Amino acid sequence: MTRGWQWRQAARSLTIGAAFAVLGAVSAFAADPIKIGLVAALSGGSAQSGESITRGLSLAIDEINAKGGLLGGRMLVLMQRDDESTPPKGLIAARELISEDVAAIFGGIDTPVSLAMVPLLNKEKRIYMGVWAAGTGITRNGASPNYAFRVSAVDALVDVKLLKFAHQKFGAKKAGLILINNPWGQGNEKGLEAASKADSSVEIAAVEKFENNDVDLVPQLARLKDAGADSLILVGNAAPGAQVMKARERMAWSVPVISHWGISGGRFPELAGASAGDADFVQTYSFFGKQSPVGQRMLAGLMKKYPQIKGPEDVFAPVGTADAYDAMHILALGIAQAGSTDPDAVRAALEDLKTPYEGLIKTYSKPFTADNHDALGPDDYIMVHYEGDKIVPVN
Amino acid sequence: MLIASAVITGLGLGSMYGLLALGFHVTYAVSRTVNFAQGSTMMLGAVVCFIFWIKLGWPPPLAILVALLVCAVWGLIVERVAVHPFVARGSNSWLIATVALGIILENVVLFTFGKDPRGMPQGFLTTGMISIAGIRVEYLQVLIPVIGLALAAGLQVFFATSRQGKALLAVVQNKDAARLMGIRVEHVIAFAFALSGLLAGIGGILVAPLFTISSTMGTLFGIKAFAVAILGGIESAWGVVLAGLIYGVAEALITALLGSTYTQIVTFALVILALALRPNGLFGRAELRKV
Repeated sequence: MTRGWQWRQAARSLTIGAAFAVLGAVSAFAADPIKIGLVAALSGGSAQSGESITRGLSLAIDEINAKGGLLGGRMLVLMQRDDESTPPKGLIAARELISEDVAAIFGGIDTPVSLAMVPLLNKEKRIYMGVWAAGTGITRNGASPNYAFRVSAVDALVDVKLLKFAHQKFGAKKAGLILINNPWGQGNEKGLEAASKADSSVEIAAVEKFENNDVDLVPQLARLKDAGADSLILVGNAAPGAQVMKARERMAWSVPVISHWGISGGRFPELAGASAGDADFVQTYSFFGKQSPVGQRMLAGLMKKYPQIKGPEDVFAPVGTADAYDAMHILALGIAQAGSTDPDAVRAALEDLKTPYEGLIKTYSKPFTADNHDALGPDDYIMVHYEGDKIVPVN
Repeated sequence: MLIASAVITGLGLGSMYGLLALGFHVTYAVSRTVNFAQGSTMMLGAVVCFIFWIKLGWPPPLAILVALLVCAVWGLIVERVAVHPFVARGSNSWLIATVALGIILENVVLFTFGKDPRGMPQGFLTTGMISIAGIRVEYLQVLIPVIGLALAAGLQVFFATSRQGKALLAVVQNKDAARLMGIRVEHVIAFAFALSGLLAGIGGILVAPLFTISSTMGTLFGIKAFAVAILGGIESAWGVVLAGLIYGVAEALITALLGSTYTQIVTFALVILALALRPNGLFGRAELRKV
């Protein structure tokens, strides 16, 4: 056995080994899933919102994976974390997901949680995609570069819509604000006051706050009534929102209630009882009425994936499902255009999306720009109310 | 109108605080310990009642009976697991042990009952209204203070006339002497905790139709009830019930007159002020110790 033969053998072995290693690495990379994070309320009073967002994301992910995934066959996987509607838990969850190297983190219903997470995500250069929380400062946060995007309503624009609707439908001239005592309520207080200043047809009669655990809100409503309120603008989630309706009923005060959409994130009809249908509220989508082809396809998909859904009346908290579905598809287009999950590349792609997306809520043509990270505007909002457990558009 | 409406609201809420505080009073008087899981026990009463009444369709009286029984048994468990072992060794760790047990209960309910707050269907007690001074009041809002005061009076009669009540009073006065007289002190203390659980359960069942039922519904009630118990003078049954009413009315009046922004700030500031002026509570007396 010569020394030359030994060298040739060694070189051959090394070459074969290297080839296997490269092949292995390539196949591992191809199979490496793209992780998508979700930090939302999966328990507590807004648990339905988290579940509805999960359904929208899961359906979109299934569709994308069925077409072969992204970036040459990489499948998408959803990683959920419960923020329990509390900012500190949201922050912990976001940090954990960043360490898992998720491509993006979707947010839930709670503006305070999203407001806490966005500075961290901007610092860590990670895409945030809001699909429910409407706090203006979530996307309009002054950061440059800004990694926060949203396919949902924006408080500043919703506030204009609520006052306008109160005036047009009910002839309201003095609105009483009944707001949750947290940053979301405070943001809307500013937004509603600004909207009232911009359009003098409805002035603000008085402002009252409530806590999530308040049992009886008669004192707050009595103050608003005393101040001459001819309509109530409600900002709060389902459980405390129901307490507002119960207090109103107890006072036998048939004042119109126009609400932000937080009340659709739980069992509002069960909690509020007979007066649940008296609250008109804003949404971005309704599964009732004539559906577009995307709407029909999505409803069929939901019924197949979740057998408990027999029709549109079973799609609870529909705004979460609809926004999440469209947002996931838009993000997928961004990743595909970027050619990687690199946050800077994805952010740049989202700000200049070349491919229009025919979505559930609308057809998105350049949904985001460098200056505007909100894909939906006032023209995309609709007013709805409960009929039993169904959310149906207001005539 | 604003003030009268706030007073009625406050009396209803205050009675709930008083009922829970009465539970603190019963155990403290007998054993110098309290069940800090009182708010969780209140939640347990509402949840069990909802499950048997609404989910399983049992007749309401039977569902209420089962819920109260469960709360009483839970009170016994708290005493056996989180109080007795520590007191027997002269430790004050029962303070945190009862808190911990309450948190465990909340989480067990969260995972078994569900994450969503639920609502009792509206019925006769919440849809029926009477007019007091021109203000519409639900039957239940009238019933709650009536039951609160009736229970305080009932406890008074129970202590004064029944064998178990007298045994409780004997243990309150002198544990060792009571033991020498053949009273089984440990049983009496366990009974006090069961009674405390029962009172919390009644509170939970009464408030459920006015509120939403969830694993965390009792947390704030428990904290406020303890403040009420201290404010009233924890050793006085009437004291804690009256302090509950005062606290509830003050809370509602502050909201009505100053606005909701100031409710918690002013209410708790008043509690501190009251305790600074009367350190043993509004209706309590200084404890005398022979040395």
